[in-house]
Amino acid sequence: MSSYLECNARERIARVFDTRSFEEFLPPAARVVSPHLAQLDAPVSFDDGVIVGRGLLNGQVVFGAAQEGGFMGGAVGEVHGAKLAGMLQRAVAERAHAVLLLLESGGVRLHEANAGLIAVSEVMRAILEVRAAGIPVVVLIGGSNGCFGGMGIAARCANTIVMSEEGRLAMSGPEVIETAHGVEEFDSRDRALVWRTTGGKHRYLLGDCQMLVADNTDAFRLAALDAIAATQGHAALTLADLEAEHLMLATRLRDFGAAAEPMDIWKTMGIPDPAAIPMLEAHDFTERVQPFRKGAH
Amino acid sequence: METLNYRFEHGRRQLAAMPQLVGVVSSGNLEVLIEAAPLNGACEIEIRTAANGFGATWQAVMSDFHERWQLIDARICINDMGATPAVVSLRLDQAAETMTGGLP
Repeated sequence: MSSYLECNARERIARVFDTRSFEEFLPPAARVVSPHLAQLDAPVSFDDGVIVGRGLLNGQVVFGAAQEGGFMGGAVGEVHGAKLAGMLQRAVAERAHAVLLLLESGGVRLHEANAGLIAVSEVMRAILEVRAAGIPVVVLIGGSNGCFGGMGIAARCANTIVMSEEGRLAMSGPEVIETAHGVEEFDSRDRALVWRTTGGKHRYLLGDCQMLVADNTDAFRLAALDAIAATQGHAALTLADLEAEHLMLATRLRDFGAAAEPMDIWKTMGIPDPAAIPMLEAHDFTERVQPFRKGAH
Repeated sequence: METLNYRFEHGRRQLAAMPQLVGVVSSGNLEVLIEAAPLNGACEIEIRTAANGFGATWQAVMSDFHERWQLIDARICINDMGATPAVVSLRLDQAAETMTGGLP
């Protein structure tokens, strides 16, 4: 058992999948690196910051990817995105049991501009194609860079998101919001506020993530197995799913639209002693808030 | 960016067949890709570093590494983002350990 947060992408793959079962597509030795970074005279990485491939999860063939948050914040460049999209398409072609995405990303790699933006949109489309083929897609978020920007949207295209409270999920990151709207709107240096707003617990309460686990690789692995089992047979996105999601979002906006900060939302939800929420362990937290959270089926 | 190349002869330790990557290209860190390669008995090291002008330091750290490990027919490629010499040595040891299953 080890901290998911502390592991790098390769260590996460090794611990979440069955021991030594993961076969990497385009491994570092293939040296498929970013052509854009080289042009800018910036350092490249031999895997362009993402590991993609196929392994076993409890003996079943599951395709997977892990983004390396340490390399440019896990940002998606042209090669990085193409590796993700290619792996997802191959999962459909080879009838994978499921796809597991270990995401950690600030979003598009701005050095690669339009190529990165297109890559992210291709990843989103590919995720939905995997689901349309009836294959469950499960996202794990627990790295220190969180999951932001285009990859935040891509994550929400999956069937299930599993987070730790250390994980973060949002569209615009804290610094972006502060830059655009001022420090009065959002103080990106207030870490408690940042985690209350984007962290795993708040995402779980709002229904943006479906499972909240403690920060360890075994817990993420077990949650992924549960999520895949629960989704088998109805992985495809239906019109009814979309309408239910839109209804949930409309209800959320109606009920919490005037709230100034997440603690106000927790109060409005009727959660007893909301001030204690940030200090609770994952298990105690999920037990206490189960009756109050949004998006529970 | 600066590219540096080193070649060392007269090693004796063979590497495993499967290439390995250790480390991450992040600030103050580096990644080391290590592979077995037919190089007429040599150990070749290629470094691409974001910190220009440290050739003499790299030379010293690489010579020490070769003295410790004596690798034969080995290709090592490094992407560096300003790692200190101590971090570079530790990463190289980690890479060599994964490929030889032993200590220097």
